[in-house]
Amino acid sequence: MKKVLAIVLAAVLCFALVACGGNGGSEEKKGMSESPIAEVALNVDYEVPADFKIGFICLHDENSTYDLNFLNAVDKIQEALKLTDEQVIVKVNIPEGDECVVAAKDLVAEGCKIIFANSFGHESFMIKAAKQFPEVEFCHATGTMAHTEGLDNFHNAFASIYEGRYLAGVAAGLKLNEMIKEGKFTAEEAKIGYVGAYTYAEVISGYTSFYLGAKSVCPTVTMDVQFTGSWYDATEEKNAAEALIARDCKLISQHADSMGAPGACEAAGIPNVSYNGSTYDSCFGTFIVSSAINWAPYYNYIIGQYVKGEKIADDWCGGIAEGSVVLTGINQDVAAEGTVEAIQKAVEDLKSGAVKVFDTKTFTKDGKAVESYLADVDTDAAFTPDTEVIADGYFHESEYRSAPCFDLRIDGITLLNEKF
Amino acid sequence: MKNMKFHIVKRDRVSWQFSFLVRILAIVAALMVSAVAIMLLAKKNPIEVYSSMIEGCFGSDLRRWSLLQNTAVLLCISLAVTPAFKMKFWNCGAEGQVLIGGLATVSVMMFLGDKLPYPLLLVVMLAASVLAGIVWAVIPSFFKALWNTNETLFTLMMNYVAIQLVAFFLKYFVKSGSGTLAPMSEYGLPVILNHEYLLNVIIVAVLTVLVYIYLKKTKHGYEISVVGESENTAKYIGINVPKVVIRTLIVSGALCGIAGLILVGGTNHTISTTTVGGRGFTAIMVSWLAKFNPLYMILTSFLVVFLEKGAGQVSTDFRLPEAISDIVTGIILFFIIGCEFFLQYKILSTKKRKEND
Repeated sequence: MKKVLAIVLAAVLCFALVACGGNGGSEEKKGMSESPIAEVALNVDYEVPADFKIGFICLHDENSTYDLNFLNAVDKIQEALKLTDEQVIVKVNIPEGDECVVAAKDLVAEGCKIIFANSFGHESFMIKAAKQFPEVEFCHATGTMAHTEGLDNFHNAFASIYEGRYLAGVAAGLKLNEMIKEGKFTAEEAKIGYVGAYTYAEVISGYTSFYLGAKSVCPTVTMDVQFTGSWYDATEEKNAAEALIARDCKLISQHADSMGAPGACEAAGIPNVSYNGSTYDSCFGTFIVSSAINWAPYYNYIIGQYVKGEKIADDWCGGIAEGSVVLTGINQDVAAEGTVEAIQKAVEDLKSGAVKVFDTKTFTKDGKAVESYLADVDTDAAFTPDTEVIADGYFHESEYRSAPCFDLRIDGITLLNEKF
Repeated sequence: MKNMKFHIVKRDRVSWQFSFLVRILAIVAALMVSAVAIMLLAKKNPIEVYSSMIEGCFGSDLRRWSLLQNTAVLLCISLAVTPAFKMKFWNCGAEGQVLIGGLATVSVMMFLGDKLPYPLLLVVMLAASVLAGIVWAVIPSFFKALWNTNETLFTLMMNYVAIQLVAFFLKYFVKSGSGTLAPMSEYGLPVILNHEYLLNVIIVAVLTVLVYIYLKKTKHGYEISVVGESENTAKYIGINVPKVVIRTLIVSGALCGIAGLILVGGTNHTISTTTVGGRGFTAIMVSWLAKFNPLYMILTSFLVVFLEKGAGQVSTDFRLPEAISDIVTGIILFFIIGCEFFLQYKILSTKKRKEND
């Protein structure tokens, strides 16, 4: 008898599941749109010699969204330049220590003419290797020391990702507006939660530009920021996102590399603006859009300069025009109506210079407009601020060096903790 | 248990030839199973994969030195955990003890580097790292000896304290807030005979011999064995157990401190929270695999580093996720550890036993 009952119950449960699933599916899914930023094709105006080799050093492997983004760009450039697997050597899981020097030396021995490292902490070890091998070009993403180090063969690069985050912020602001209009909460309650890795310029610049993007369409928005103290910690990022949701944040974004925060948002049904790439596949119910840096244009640039025998810039910063700053498509099932068009307009405004992300008219610090700010652009032992970065009514981010230096704590954003 | 077709019996002492044969068979079996895994999961030729591993470890001078250097560091930490483990004191704190030794070294390099003459600086670096390692190891042993606290939890917690101290140091003394400290190569250990890592290797070679003598030939070593086998026996024959526990952890901590000195002063010339990189835990496996014999540890630490380095090369050569290499490493270690079971026990069919009875 019990068995029969169990079977009946199981059948009922199955039916219930199917029925619920059917309900959800009856609404047609619209899926992802094309990216609002038109793709910039790689401009290859040179011929790569058959004996050319390039080496890549990555801190983690494809399990980290940050490293995956670099590895995807490696595949892109390899395809575009028709390089063989022997010409492109990738070393993953290289720690930020002496192992980085060993990896660089090994790549030199393998015949690499250019060596690229992707993590901030690799920098001083790349410099060490660059001093030993003056005939090899060493390129380093996110670093800050090339323009003061005075080495001919060591270079930094970044992208004006703050523009990408600003655009993603516009999408976030529009989503908040939609929810306000639907009566889910009042305009004053519109609060964004942001999961950041560390309390330093790269992250501060990121969340501030994101916030200003949202504020450009939703003027009452505020933001809470929770730091995890790690670039990759799925548990901490999930906990931080959940804590922010518990503090009544209506939308979450993050600057950290695991699936922790997007996953927590999907579980709680809170809209999420992602980073490094699309998280649509596992979070299609909440993912709105993601900004990312596309490193292929920089790879194309350094290989091109090397092949043509021209100098690689000490400090290179790619933007929307170069194809370095990209957005994924918009998830039309979650994003507000008209998001694609609004972002396209913002892209035009940024390109024409009509809108500046860090326009001093759009933010205040301690209730006052910021007229002047000395940033620490040149790395020195004492880390003294040395360069005036506010002129013509805006903060000149990524102009005096490619790595972000905006570290102002503006009004409207509350830091819940600090992690260095 | 009626239905059991076999049962397990402890072996008597096995012959040298037999144990050698079993180990060789285990390695051959491991390579064969790994080969199947490589063909099924990665669809690559296993011979090419194995030769890539060997190439990655021995392919050039740089790779051979890197292999030697990493073996030396792992061996040094394995030597450090051995006296405590032999005493059945579960010291899971080598990670923190090495890191704190490194932190002491880097502090001396940073604050005294330009103030002291170089030879004196080296002496201070050694003293500071050893002292720091000792302090980190003795605190849990002190609590264990006096109040019988759980040393596993205590030493694990000490690891986190050490990591946070390093994070604090980087935050407080590196003003950019980037949390990275550029290497101070000018204050590192001296480079002898033009080989960057040679001094590290020599230090560890000497330590290996010393630890071997300490454990096998001295009264201290004997006391450690007795306390490890049976604390009550130790008490009965008049060994002061708390004293032996604390003294052994002083040795353990000092060796960890030296490992920190090698990692920071002799290799990285800087520190980060991941400088030790889990080696404090890998060392436990290395030490167990070698049955706490410092000479066997040369082999086992070499094996672990070889697998790790080889795996890295495989993932570079074939653009494979490192997970595949980790699977191969796992299979090989599984067989090597598993064969120890067959050296200690034998499986007999139950029927046969009845006949014997």
